[in-house]
Order: sequence, then C-alpha cells, then structure tokens
Amino acid sequence: MNIEKAILAVITTNREKIAGGAPIFLCETKQELELIAANLEAIMDGIAHALSEELFIIVKH
Amino acid sequence: MSGYIFPILFGIVTGTIARILLLRTDYRQYPTYLHGKIIHLSLGFIAASLGALAVPALLEKEFTAVTLLTVAATQFRDVRNMERNTLTEMDSFELVTRGKTYIEGIAISFESRNYLVMFTGFLTSLTYIIWNVFIAIIIAIICFILGHILMSGSILEDIAEINRADISFDGAGLHVDNIYIMNIGLAERQKEIMKYGMGFIVTPKNMNAITTIGNLGQRQAIIHDVSVALGVFRDSGTPALMPLIKRDLDDGRLGVFVLPQIRDAAVAKKVIGSVPVLENAVRMPSETNAYKKGAHKK
Repeated sequence: MNIEKAILAVITTNREKIAGGAPIFLCETKQELELIAANLEAIMDGIAHALSEELFIIVKH
Repeated sequence: MSGYIFPILFGIVTGTIARILLLRTDYRQYPTYLHGKIIHLSLGFIAASLGALAVPALLEKEFTAVTLLTVAATQFRDVRNMERNTLTEMDSFELVTRGKTYIEGIAISFESRNYLVMFTGFLTSLTYIIWNVFIAIIIAIICFILGHILMSGSILEDIAEINRADISFDGAGLHVDNIYIMNIGLAERQKEIMKYGMGFIVTPKNMNAITTIGNLGQRQAIIHDVSVALGVFRDSGTPALMPLIKRDLDDGRLGVFVLPQIRDAAVAKKVIGSVPVLENAVRMPSETNAYKKGAHKK
C-alpha cells in the first residue's frame, strides 16, 4: 500500500498537547512557530496546516 | 490503372487538407510546435492515401486490398498510444498537470481524426471515379464541414454557469464562496493567496452536468486550462500554492480556486467557460432506464 499523505513534522507552542510519532518542534512564541513552519514547508515540499493557533503540522500531499 | 491516378491524388490531397483544417482548430494547446505538427500531417497524409487507394482496389476486384484498412486501424491505434505516452511523460513536468482524463481525450481525438481523414479520402476518390471531379469537390467540402462539426465538442459554458466568487479564510480554512478548499497554516501564505487567488463558482445546469463536472479529470482540465491561459503563481516546492477545485456536496456546485498571473476576472471566466467537456467525463444519468420509465409514468 502506498501512503499518499503523511505528517512530516509537528510544530507547537504547547508542550502538553503533543506526544510521539512524527518529529516534533517545540517553540516559545507564535512568531517562532510561524517561522519554523514556513522553513519546514519550504524544505520538505509539504504544506503547513494549522490545526489550532498553537499546533501546526507539515503534511506531504 | 492509370485512369485512377487523378482520383487517388485528389483523395490524398483532400484528405490531407482535412487534416490540416482539423489541426488548426485545436483548442488543446497541442501540438504547439512544428515537429508535432509534421508528425500529424504525415500521418494524415498516410491516412488519406489509404482511404483513397481503397476505392480503385475495390473496383479492380482486389478485395483483399481492403485488409489494408485493418493495418491502418492498427496504425492509428498506435497514434493514440503514442500521444498518450508522450503527454503522460510530459505531464509530470507541468506546473499544473493536465490529468489523465484530458490526455486520454486528446489521444482519442487524434486517433479519430485520422479516421475522418481516411473517410474523406475514400469518399472523394469514390465520387471522383463514379461521377466527376466537381461532385468530388462538393463531397470534399461537405466532409470538411462534417469533420469540423464532429470534432468540436461542447464546452463547459454549455452545461454550467460560471460566476466570480469571493475567496476568504475562516481560521486556516480557505473558502471559495461557502465551499471549503484547503487548510493553509501560514499567515504569509494566506496573504499571498488573498492577493493572487481568484475564486469562481461553477453551477451545473442540469442533473447530467452535476456528474460530469464532478469528474476529477474534468476538474483538473479546468485548472490546467486556466493555468495555461493566464499563467500560474506557483513553483515546484510550493504545494500550498496549488489551484484546486472542490465540490459542494449539497448541490454539486464547484468551487474553483486558481492563482493566475494575469488577474483578469473576465478573461478567466471566459477561459473556464471554454474548457472542453471531456468525452470521458460525460455522464448521462437521465438516459438510464430507471429514469426513463419514471418519466413515462408521469
């Protein structure tokens, strides 16, 4: 089976919301979160999706 | 035998002209350049020759010569394969892909055009031999017109209405009118999308059109055509900047989200309207027996 979509990274400012699985990037501020998400998006050729204000994922489509 | 020279030549010439005319009316942006055109003109010439040669062969009671036509059929099926393979290979390098359905549609039309050319060659050389050159010319003109009619399918405008719609963000969710398109997380991307994005709503005119425009291949064709005609604000490695079409499940309307470089709504609307309705996407639920019987009862 081919996996077509995959979460490549999780970026968050809220340490309590996350655990295990994909690589996790912890950030201090919303600004830092946006910056890291933007960089990861460019590097991974994925899309940064916002699940909530403090939780972003990078997904490969 | 030499008496057949002129009818054969006449058939070949009219057949080739028919191919040239059909090549010119191509809306699919393909073939775009000389080499592609030469391939198709040569194949058209071959098709015309085969059609034109069949008549004298039959008149001379060389019935086995007709088997030549089966060779022709094989040959033109190969044309279809060739087109499909080339276009599929090329498709992976397009910024916005054509999609398999569109490619298949193009391949089919190239095959069928060769048959039209063959019939033109056949009919004109037949009428030339039976009657004379003047009637053959009339038949040739009729063939040109018929070929033109047969090869120009319907366009999106015929089956659906296209209107400009606003794009908006609800949190991270991008919407065209009320149709959800995708989730864009970064504020920076959202700004770009608000700046360059354009939204359209395609409303189907009847039940058949709902299913037809819902086809993924048909949707990809719309995006591709808009991106070709107006350019696209995107590069490799920016999957977030992807023109997309999503469907309203309630009524089958399409929310078209595009990122054109030339941001002219009127032109974009026209381009969407003249997207060909793909042969392979056409569905006719109203033609099924269940509906027909129901209609009779009423």
